[in-house]
Amino acid sequence: MIPEEFIKSNLQGISFIGPEIILAMAMMILLIVGVILPYWRYRLVFTILALVGLAGSLLPLWKLPTPDPSLTYLSKLFVWDWLTFFFKPFFVVAAAFVILINHGSREIDNVEYSESTILVLAVTMGMMLLVASTDLLMIYLAFETMGILSYLLVGIRARDLRSGEAALKYVLYGAFTSGTMLFGFSLLFGLAGSTDLLEISQQVAAASQHPQDKILLIVAVIFFLAGLLFKTASFPFHFWCPDVYEGAPTPITAFLSVGPKAAGFALFIRLFYPLFSSAGETGAYEAISGLDWPSILALVSAITMTLGNLAAIHQNNLKRLLAYSSIAHAGYLLMGIVALSELGLRSVVFYLVVYLFMNLGAFAVVTLVASAGGSEEIHSYRGLGSRAPYVCVAMAIFLFSLIGLPPFAGFVGKVYLFAAVIYKKIYWLAVVAALNTVVSLYYYLRVVKAMFLEKSTEPIQIQVSFGSQVILFALLVPTLGLGIYWQPLASVVSGMF
Amino acid sequence: MVPEHILSWMIFCPLIGAGLILFVPKRYPTLMKVIALLATVPPLWWAANLYVQFDRWDNGFQYVEKVPWIKAFNIHYFIGIDGISIPMVLLTALLAFLCVIASWNINEYVRGYFTLFLLLDTSMVGVFCALDFFLFYVFWELMLLPMYFLIGVWGGPKKEYAAIKFFLFTLVGSVLMLVVMLVFYFGSVEPATGLHSFDLTILADQAVHQAFLKSHPIRWLCYLGLFIGFAIKIPLVPFHTWLPDAHVEAPTAISVILAGVLLKMGTYGLLRISYPLLPDMALAFALYAAIFGLVSILYGALCAMAQTDMKKLIAYSSISHMGFVMLGMSVFSNTTAINGAVLQMFNHGTVTAMLFLLVGVIYDRAHHRDIDGFGGLAKTMPIYAGYTGLAFFAALGLPGLSSFISEALVLVGSFQQYKIITITATTGIILTAAYFLWTMQRVFLGPLNNKYAKLPEISLREAFTLTPLALIVILLGFYPMPVLDLIGTTLKHTVAMVVG
Repeated sequence: MIPEEFIKSNLQGISFIGPEIILAMAMMILLIVGVILPYWRYRLVFTILALVGLAGSLLPLWKLPTPDPSLTYLSKLFVWDWLTFFFKPFFVVAAAFVILINHGSREIDNVEYSESTILVLAVTMGMMLLVASTDLLMIYLAFETMGILSYLLVGIRARDLRSGEAALKYVLYGAFTSGTMLFGFSLLFGLAGSTDLLEISQQVAAASQHPQDKILLIVAVIFFLAGLLFKTASFPFHFWCPDVYEGAPTPITAFLSVGPKAAGFALFIRLFYPLFSSAGETGAYEAISGLDWPSILALVSAITMTLGNLAAIHQNNLKRLLAYSSIAHAGYLLMGIVALSELGLRSVVFYLVVYLFMNLGAFAVVTLVASAGGSEEIHSYRGLGSRAPYVCVAMAIFLFSLIGLPPFAGFVGKVYLFAAVIYKKIYWLAVVAALNTVVSLYYYLRVVKAMFLEKSTEPIQIQVSFGSQVILFALLVPTLGLGIYWQPLASVVSGMF
Repeated sequence: MVPEHILSWMIFCPLIGAGLILFVPKRYPTLMKVIALLATVPPLWWAANLYVQFDRWDNGFQYVEKVPWIKAFNIHYFIGIDGISIPMVLLTALLAFLCVIASWNINEYVRGYFTLFLLLDTSMVGVFCALDFFLFYVFWELMLLPMYFLIGVWGGPKKEYAAIKFFLFTLVGSVLMLVVMLVFYFGSVEPATGLHSFDLTILADQAVHQAFLKSHPIRWLCYLGLFIGFAIKIPLVPFHTWLPDAHVEAPTAISVILAGVLLKMGTYGLLRISYPLLPDMALAFALYAAIFGLVSILYGALCAMAQTDMKKLIAYSSISHMGFVMLGMSVFSNTTAINGAVLQMFNHGTVTAMLFLLVGVIYDRAHHRDIDGFGGLAKTMPIYAGYTGLAFFAALGLPGLSSFISEALVLVGSFQQYKIITITATTGIILTAAYFLWTMQRVFLGPLNNKYAKLPEISLREAFTLTPLALIVILLGFYPMPVLDLIGTTLKHTVAMVVG
C-alpha cells in the first residue's frame, strides 16, 4: 500500500519536470512524423516541429513557484533552485540556435536530418535533467543521457569517415572518464551511505576530520574531476576536443561547444560547492579543510588556457582553431570556479551566457561560409570582407568578443572572471589570464586579417540567405548589447547566488 | 550655441556621423566624406567654446556629467575635464577635423575608412574626458579596433605586420591596466555608499584604500603595471618598437592621429591615473622615470639620425620628443618642468601632425619617402619647402617656435632636480637639430633631381590642413600663455598632491 502523501507529492513533482516531458513528447512526434513523411523533402517541417517543442518546453516554467534551494521533488532526485531555473532556458536557447543553424547548413543531408534534430532535443533534455539533479544516481543517469546521445550526434554522418573517427574518439574518452567519475561516486556513497547530495555534504564535513576518510575524499575529488574536466574540455582531458570538433558536422560542433560544456560547468557548481566547501563569511566559500581543490583547479585553469591558446596559434582549420579556443575558454571559466565566492559563481554563469552567443555566432559563420562553397580552412576566408561584408563584420564582432575587447559582451564576461579571482587575491592567475588574452588576440586576428586585410585568391561569391542573416543578427544583438549595457543580466545572475 | 551636455556631444557627435555614413548608398563616396567632415566640425566649434569658457582658476573638474551606468559594479558614465585634459581635447578636435580633410584622397572602401575614423575620434575624446576608470578603459580599448583596421587595410606594403604588432603591444599594456583597475576596485570602499568604486576622483583619495592596497609590494606592482601599460603607448624605450612600424605603414592621416593624439594618451594616463592613485609610488619611481625619459630622448634621436625613410625618421623623433615629456613629468620639486611637459604634449601634437602631413604630400607625388632619393626640391616646390622648413625648425626647437618653449621649460625645471640627466638630455637637442637639418639639406637643397623637376606644388587642400597648425606653432612660440594658462592651476594641484 503506497501512502497517499507519497503519490500526491510525486504528482506535484511531475509539474517540475514539465519541460523535459514536453521535450520527450516533441521527440516522439518528430519520430512519428519522420516515419510518415518522406523525410528527404520536408526539412522545414522538422525544424518547425523541433522549435515548437523547444518553445513549448519553456511554458511550464512560468507556472512554477519561485526557485528555492530547499524545494526538492520526486523523492529528492531533483531540486528547483536558481541554477535549475536559469539553465533550463539556457539550454533551450542553445538548442534552438543550433537547430536553426543546422537547418541552413547542408552538412547533414536530408536523410539524417530528422534524426539529428531529435538527438539535439534529446541531449537538451539530458542537460536539463543534469542541472536539476541532486542525487548521485540521477546525476550519473543524466550525465550519460547527455553524453551517449552527443556521441551519436558527432557520428551522425554515417558515411563520413572523419565523423565516425571523431565519434569513436569521443566515445572512448567519454566511457573512460565517466567510468572514473562513477567510481568517485561509489566512493562517496560508501563514505556517506546515501546518494543524496545534501546528506553527503553533511557526512563529508565530518569525514574530512578523519585522516583515513580524508584520503578517500581526495581520491573521490580527483575522480570527480576526470568526468567534469572531460565534459568541459579542460586539461588534462582535452585531447578529444580538436578531433571531435573537426570531425563532427559544424552545427553539432557548435552545440557541443556551448551545451555540454555549460552543463559541465553547471555540474561543477552543483557538485563542488555543496560537497567540498562550506559557506564562510558573506559571499565567500571555503574549501573543506585539508582538501585544497581550488589550488589544484587554479593550476588546471592556468594550464588549460595557456595550452589551448598556444595550440590554437598554428591551426589553419577554423574548426580546430575554435576547438582550441574553446579549450582556452574552459580555462578562463575555471577561474570563476576557483574563486570560491558568489562573485565567482556569477562570473561563470555570466560568461556562459555571453559565450553562448559569441561562440554560436562564430560557428554560424563557419557553417555559412562552408555551405556557400568555401571551406573551413582560413585561406578560404581571404578577401571575404569585400564580397560578404555583412557576414564578415559579424564574424569580426564575434571574434573580437571572444578575445574580450570592449564594447563587446566577451569583454564584460572577462571582467567578471578577472574580478572574481582578483577579489580572492589570486593575482598570479589573473595575470596569466591577462597575458593569455594577448596570445589569443593573435590567432583570432589571423581570421580577421584573412577576411579584411588580404586580397582574395578565388572568386567565390557568397550568397547569404535571408534566414541566415536573421540568425546572425539575433546572435549579434546580445553580443553587442550585453557589452554596452549588461545591468539586466547582471541583476539576474546577482539574484541567483 | 553650446548644448548642455557639451562633453557628451563632443564624444558622440562623430559616432552619430559614423552611423549616418553606414546608410549612405555605395555610389556616393563624396557624400560619405562630407558627412565625416560635418561630424567633426561641431566638436571643433564646441572645443573653441570650451577654450573660452574654461575656468582657469579652478583646479577641479568642469563640465561634469555623472550618470549611473552599471549598478552591479557601481560603474558610472562619469566625464569631465580639467587643466590636463582640456589641451588634449582641443588638440583632438582640431586634428580630427584636419585629418578628415587630409583623408580626402582615400578612394578605396570609403565607407569603412570614415566610419572607423569617426569611431576612433569618439574613443579618443572619450579617453580624455572619462573620469571613471572603467569608462576610461572601455574608451582606451575601443581605440584599438579602428586603429588596427585603419593601419591594416589602408596601410603600406607591410601593413599586416605593423597592424598586428601595434595591436599586440598595446593590448599587453591594456590587460595589465585591467588587472590593476580591478585591484583598485576591490581595494577601495566608497565612504558614502560602502560600495567598491571605479570613480577616479574617489580612488585618488588615499583614505578609501583598504589595508591590503596600502601594502608596499602591491602598490609597487600596481604602479609598475600601469607604468608599463602607459610606457608602451608613449612609447618609452624599450617598449617602442611597434611605433616605427605602425607609422611607416599607416596612411598619412592615421599617422597624424597616431603621433598627434594617441601617443599623448600614455603620458595623459600617467597624469590622470598613476599619479593621483599612487602618488607615493610616483614620487619613489620618479628617478627611474626620468632615466626612461632620458634614454628615449637619446636613443630616439640617434635612431632618427640613421633613418633613410622620412616617416621612420619622424617616428623616431617622436620617441625622442615624448622622452622630454616623460622627463618633465618626473620632476616634482617645481611646477615648471611638468608645465613644460604638458605644453610639450600639445606642441608635439601640432608639430608632428605637420611633419606627417608634409611627408604625406611628398609621398602622394613621388610615391616614395626615401630621404636620399630627392634633392633640390626647394626649387620646384618653394611653398612646400617653406612649410617643411617651419615644421623642421619647430621640431628641432628653434627659439620663436612652440617646441622651444616647452622643451626649455622641461629642461629648466628638471635641472633643479636631476642635474646630470638634464645635461645629458640637452645633447638630445643637438642631435635633433643635426638630423633635421641634415634631412632638410638632402631633400630640399643641393642639385635638383631631374626625376622630380615637374612635381606639382602643394595643393590648396593640403595647404589648408597645414596652415592652422603652422599658425599655432608660431603663436605658441612667441606667446605660450594660452595653453599655460589652461594647465597651470591643475598641474600645481597635481604636483602638490604627489609631493604630499
